Amino acid sequence: MKTVKVYGPGCKRCETTEKMIKDAASRLGVEVAVEKITDARSIAMAGVMSTPGIAVDGKLVHAGGLPDEGKLDGWLSA
Amino acid sequence: MTIDTNAPSPPRAAPDWLWYGGVPAAGVVLYLLYGQLVPISEWVTSQFPVARDSHTGEAIAFFVYDVPKVLLLLTGIVFVTGVLRSWFSPEKTRAILAGKRQVWGYPLAAALGVLTPFCSCSSVPLFIGFVSAGIPLGVTFSFLIAGPMVGPVGLGLLYGLVGWQIATLYLVFGFTIATVAGIVLGRMGLERYLQDWVRELNAGPVGDLPEERLTMVDRLKIGLEQVREIVGKVWIWVLVGIGIGAAIHGYVPEEMMLRIMGGEAWWSVPAAVVVGVPMYTNAAGVIPIVEALLGKGAALGTTLAFMMSVIALSLPEMIILKQVLTLRLIAIFIAVVASGILATGFLFNAIL
Repeated sequence: MKTVKVYGPGCKRCETTEKMIKDAASRLGVEVAVEKITDARSIAMAGVMSTPGIAVDGKLVHAGGLPDEGKLDGWLSA
Repeated sequence: MTIDTNAPSPPRAAPDWLWYGGVPAAGVVLYLLYGQLVPISEWVTSQFPVARDSHTGEAIAFFVYDVPKVLLLLTGIVFVTGVLRSWFSPEKTRAILAGKRQVWGYPLAAALGVLTPFCSCSSVPLFIGFVSAGIPLGVTFSFLIAGPMVGPVGLGLLYGLVGWQIATLYLVFGFTIATVAGIVLGRMGLERYLQDWVRELNAGPVGDLPEERLTMVDRLKIGLEQVREIVGKVWIWVLVGIGIGAAIHGYVPEEMMLRIMGGEAWWSVPAAVVVGVPMYTNAAGVIPIVEALLGKGAALGTTLAFMMSVIALSLPEMIILKQVLTLRLIAIFIAVVASGILATGFLFNAIL
């Protein structure tokens, strides 16, 4: 079970990112819990300056823009 | 008009050569199309059952000519900007600015504000990230003012619709306002007017993300993605703006425009700012209005003041920043930027 956090104030791209993660997870058969962090303070505390940011199991792997699908698969299956 | 038809399609499967060939080819097609807009739009206008030189005919001609023109320009500008900005990121910009405490940190921040990709929805985390890295508040403001004020979309459309002279003036003065406003705000020692939690916050270090190696094709993809996202979002504002521009162009009598927005009426500059601030649109929506105003003889200073206040001072942006700034700081911020805009407006009305 992987914990994925999506950091973003709730713009459209953040929602798309969340959907991409869920889709990739079900395609790979990986169990994930996706949590959306929308509070500006928590986003900043995580060291994210450009949203959406993605952290997998507590480690920040991506910030700014939609993630690349190939890389997304890599993070989830690692 | 569909935007994507001329662009290389499907982005994932396309081999590299298709990108290297397709992007220039799409550019040539768009350029040729751009050159034919006058005959095309005149022909379309002639299909309407109204006299070409009537008020309605003028308004229709303006609308039919401007819509494809603005959308074509917008597509090109957003694409080129998207590709150029792929070399920059908020993280790199922060690292560059964090070391700069001298006065030239301000113009540097203004320049980076134009080049760094960021959407207004992440301006709060960005603001915190900057301030907590020890970047002075004034430098951070220079960055935040310059981004929207002298954005490439506004400049490019101004160049295409109004002319290079005014686009250049706008660039010089927009940049100067961003720099000087940052210096003034920095001198005022406003750190105490941040929201309490921001002052106490030591934001975590920026996650040490691996440096992404992007190929040229990756950058072109980013450009195309930007076109899809931004043109897909702002086209409605463009249509509304051109609609208003067309109404002004067709129906507003010149004497009335001269009375309200002519250089004689001193109060027209502050009035333009007061009207401009609550208006929420973006550069792509406001420039067709600017084009129509100038065409009707509105004074340049008044029009520039209107445009700058619409683009640089927007209420939704202030509401977002309310999370980190106290009302008092927001008021000071607006007052300083508005003074710069007023000064620009008065200056141009006086010398032209």
